[in-house]
Amino acid sequence: MRLKGKVALITGAAAGIKGEVMGFGGASAWMFAREGAKVVLCDIKEDLARRSETQLREHGYDALFIPLDVRDEEQWKRAIAQTVKTYGKLNVLVNNAGQGYMNTVEQATLDIWNHEMDVHAKGTFLGTKHAIPEMRKVGGGSIVNISSIYGLVGSQTSAAYHAAKGAIRIFTKATAIQYAKDNIRANSIHPGFCITPMTHRLQEDPDKLALYTAKVPMARWGKPEEVADGILFLASDESSYITGSELVIDGGMTAQ
Amino acid sequence: MRLKGKVSLISGGATAFKGDPRSEGKDWVLGIGGAAAWLFVREGAAVVLGDLDEDKGKKAAQQLRNAGGRAEFVRLDATNEADWIGAVSFATSKFGRLDILVNAAGTTFIGGAEDTPVDKWDAQMDVHAKAVFLGTKHAIPAMRKNRGGSIVNISSIDGINGNPLGIAYSTGKGASRIFSKAAAIQYAKENIRVNSVHPGYTDTPLARQGIAKLAAAGIPDPRLPKVPLGRLAKAEEIAFGILFLASDESSYVTGAELVIDGGVIAQ
Repeated sequence: MRLKGKVALITGAAAGIKGEVMGFGGASAWMFAREGAKVVLCDIKEDLARRSETQLREHGYDALFIPLDVRDEEQWKRAIAQTVKTYGKLNVLVNNAGQGYMNTVEQATLDIWNHEMDVHAKGTFLGTKHAIPEMRKVGGGSIVNISSIYGLVGSQTSAAYHAAKGAIRIFTKATAIQYAKDNIRANSIHPGFCITPMTHRLQEDPDKLALYTAKVPMARWGKPEEVADGILFLASDESSYITGSELVIDGGMTAQ
Repeated sequence: MRLKGKVSLISGGATAFKGDPRSEGKDWVLGIGGAAAWLFVREGAAVVLGDLDEDKGKKAAQQLRNAGGRAEFVRLDATNEADWIGAVSFATSKFGRLDILVNAAGTTFIGGAEDTPVDKWDAQMDVHAKAVFLGTKHAIPAMRKNRGGSIVNISSIDGINGNPLGIAYSTGKGASRIFSKAAAIQYAKENIRVNSVHPGYTDTPLARQGIAKLAAAGIPDPRLPKVPLGRLAKAEEIAFGILFLASDESSYVTGAELVIDGGVIAQ
């Protein structure tokens, strides 16, 4: 068991229902639990998250839902305090909560810009800021921030999303450098086109879907489990010498 | 078992040798290819160790078998095409297939552009670039037969950023990095994945030689002050990254770079 005895907090973890399309957070929660971790599911989608929590518990796993809007510092403080109160410590933080708007720079409104930057960049900052003191208490930890290939390259379809995911990428490196001495590692994951609740509407439009698939050398979309495997690797002690790194999981899209 | 039923070929694999058999159990310094071999065997793979060093390679294969693994040694000069053809066919005839290739063979040469002789330049480009090309070229047909495979090329952080001490090494490792991406794109449709690993300062037999050469030239070990994590890597820590990329856990990862450097190039 690769996460035996560890406690992990995952944001954006509501979509973890067996038999339904999972998000990266939900898929990670199952994988972490199978590998021996106690998992804290955080999300603003309370009903869905409670169903995921219930399913995990029915399978005999330690799982706890804590409502969390990642843009709100007070809620972060409470979520981390409740995690430590319930499970005794915090070893792993996965900053996965996110939302994407499809619009160009001209089309994007300031509201959309602020929203994207708040959820992705500020949310990751706040989670990191308040997780670090707890990780220090246990001699180290691992922070895995879910960026995107859109944090590495541009596209025709998004504006603020790129800026926000790019912010996560470089914020991760700053965190990594500043807390390496405390054995707190921070890395970013850059998924390509993956089948998740966020993209599944696109899956219903075959013509549009084909346009995206054509850009992928592996000629298919990724599954949330394929991203979760990368998150697990970076969360576990197997990546004990990896910090400030980027793990791209995109079927070769940004290598061309 | 994360590599159950898979067959792997590892160049530079003789660095799996753990010293004199009478002293087994001691904490030996392994090379990156060698540490990967031990981890692969633990996870259920058969391992073919390719290396120039026949003595250590054969002993290492025996040690892996003694530990319950399936392992063989094949003599491999990674810069020689005929050797690669032989090594791939040895792997498939011994174990029936080839799923994983790890290009880990390497040497170092310290010298800037002005003071690197052409023969040293050629030797570095041969072992870091040509060897990776040849291994990939001859592994692909074997992997195609299994409808897929994983090639893991051991580049270096010096293949991403310039190394102040060795220009030919940096250039060879940079070639390995971008060669991996080209191969990834070309064979993605066949489910053959190609990724590069970029270790930072790792405590290996090769690195110890390099540091000894520096010390002989009066140059102190320049590594530790550059590492945010404040220590060198163990070869096993690189091997876990190789395992991740070799296994089906990385089934959607191709053309990617995995930097394992304790934060050196993130700053």
